[in-house]
Amino acid sequence: MGKDLKNRLDDVYQNYLEGNISRRDFVKFAGIAGAALGLAGGPFGLVSRAFAGKNSITCHSWGGTTSEALRKFAFDPFTKATGIEVIDAAFTGMDDFLTQVKASFPPGGEFNIAHLSAVYDYARYTDLGFGVVLDESKIPNMKNVMTKMTDTLRGITNGTLSAVPYDLGQTGIAYNTNEISKADAEKLGASLLYEKSLKGKLGSWGGDFRTNMWYAALHTGQSPNNITDINAVWKVLTEQRSLMKKYWASGSELMSLLANGEIFATVAWSGRVAALQDQGHPIGYLSPNGTYSWMEYMYVLKGTDLDVAQQLLNFMLEPDAAIAVAQGQKYPPALDPTKVAMPDDVKKLPAFDPTGKLDGYLFADVEYWNSHQLEWAEKWDRIIAGA
Amino acid sequence: MKEKPWKPWLLLSPSLTAVFLLLVIPVCFVVVYSFWLRAPSGMDIPAFQFGNYAKFFADSFYPVILLNTIRVALETVIICLIMGYIPAYFFYRTESRLKPYLMILVMLPFWISFIIRTLSWINILGDSGLINHLLLKSGLISSPIPMLYNEGAVIMGLIQYLLPFMILNIYVSLDGIDKSLTEAAKSLGCTEWQAFREITLPLSLPGVSAGCLLVFVLTCGTYLPPMILGGPGNEMIANLIFKRIIGTLDWPFGSAISTILLLLLVLIVYTYNRYMGINQIFKSLSKG
Repeated sequence: MGKDLKNRLDDVYQNYLEGNISRRDFVKFAGIAGAALGLAGGPFGLVSRAFAGKNSITCHSWGGTTSEALRKFAFDPFTKATGIEVIDAAFTGMDDFLTQVKASFPPGGEFNIAHLSAVYDYARYTDLGFGVVLDESKIPNMKNVMTKMTDTLRGITNGTLSAVPYDLGQTGIAYNTNEISKADAEKLGASLLYEKSLKGKLGSWGGDFRTNMWYAALHTGQSPNNITDINAVWKVLTEQRSLMKKYWASGSELMSLLANGEIFATVAWSGRVAALQDQGHPIGYLSPNGTYSWMEYMYVLKGTDLDVAQQLLNFMLEPDAAIAVAQGQKYPPALDPTKVAMPDDVKKLPAFDPTGKLDGYLFADVEYWNSHQLEWAEKWDRIIAGA
Repeated sequence: MKEKPWKPWLLLSPSLTAVFLLLVIPVCFVVVYSFWLRAPSGMDIPAFQFGNYAKFFADSFYPVILLNTIRVALETVIICLIMGYIPAYFFYRTESRLKPYLMILVMLPFWISFIIRTLSWINILGDSGLINHLLLKSGLISSPIPMLYNEGAVIMGLIQYLLPFMILNIYVSLDGIDKSLTEAAKSLGCTEWQAFREITLPLSLPGVSAGCLLVFVLTCGTYLPPMILGGPGNEMIANLIFKRIIGTLDWPFGSAISTILLLLLVLIVYTYNRYMGINQIFKSLSKG
């Protein structure tokens, strides 16, 4: 705790010296830090620290099968090899977690590594000042990671990295094969999500304006990363609302709706679809041209012990560990298949790219989407509320 | 012996400290935040301006959702009142030895997680849920009846959560009525219905209004039933607050919506207290 507090005060003092904050604010932050030490560091913080031990690091991930895979194939072996405990924590969603991190700012201690999704969140965390600069020489297994993935992140943090790419996936379209034939699904493509004959049997992710706008752009024949006719997008999304049965809020709800036949078609995360298929449900996966692709990465948050974090990240990128985690969570690893041999079941996962170049994959343009975030998120809320 | 005036305050001090630290201070933070600005990065900028409040009233979107929330809350109150008065009256009249056990049945839902109780409706009301399954199997219907993901499902989720509050409030009020009053009325020629209408019902009104207030206030701030059981367009104001604060990191605007909701509820509670007296609720809660 003392070290964390020192880091926080150092940051504040540095900002004070650079003239970024006033003397009054400096005194205020110092006071708050003292109070935080008294409250969080005292009665509450000491309890968690006592449990966590001194030699530990916290990793937040998606819970369920993802956390289980990480724990079994990465964290436990790491602890066995190094004696450093990895505290496995789960968040409920990207936005919720960002709120928690923001509420704990300046960070240090409780949030160390987060299994984040999509590059625009890499930019958001970085813009909020939560990032670090990793020493890549201490993560030699980075050499096996697909270059396009690391380059994408480097582009946001001026050539440095605050995270290591870990896996990739897609938000494609899931459909009930008992109700919709493969031929019909492929013929309709993105327009399957707007098919009037499926009224009352469609679903979508209510919590994300990007996913919905992305497919609305494809449906209206536009590039998702350069929407020229925004009114057309709002119009089809408004029309689509009357066809909707449920705007789902979580991966488990998505799976429940599809598995129980409540909905016949929806946007869906590729790994969740693979899990449903594994369980024997009649669910097909469609990835039309321009399917929304994204990468997941292990983001190291400011205030973390970098030596420990880099040691863990390198361990997690060991091919054996990364592949086993991929098999568990049903998302292909970030490792380049031209450098690391992949087993057959990984090659069959949705979004797997045997070339390792990700050339046909369309990722969200970070600057474009983040610059419209507030305006479009509010507009999307209005649409699903029927305004 | 002279009373020590500070003694009650000393005894109350742990509770007051907890309320001050865990309720008053956070509420103050929310109010202060509502005047701040949100930077494009998601960071908050300290300021004193009314832009967030102006944004709420700039068009009909937010006020309409607030009005919808009030409408749903009123519907829930009315249904809970009708459904709650009957069992409360039964508990009041019955001489059965099973009465304590029946009362425990009212409390039983509190022993199960609210989230689990709400989620369980999906397995009952869904297209492949219990009711549709039985109806389809028996041949009474040929395709599932849509019972889930609409306002009816939301109100039902709210009722299963709030009905015990209504029953307990009404029961406490009824339990305080001297039963010999109705017997006297009947001996003077009143029918059973007249005795209920002229004596029992008016005397139970404080409990009825306390139950209504509690159900109304809790409904206005509820978040889970609309999210889990509601469909497109069934959002309530608490869901919007969640989206603004969590979804877009717009804490200042989320705080402004929260403050508006808080002021509305304070106004309602103040009005209630002025005409009915808030202590009726405390009586019911202590009895429960």
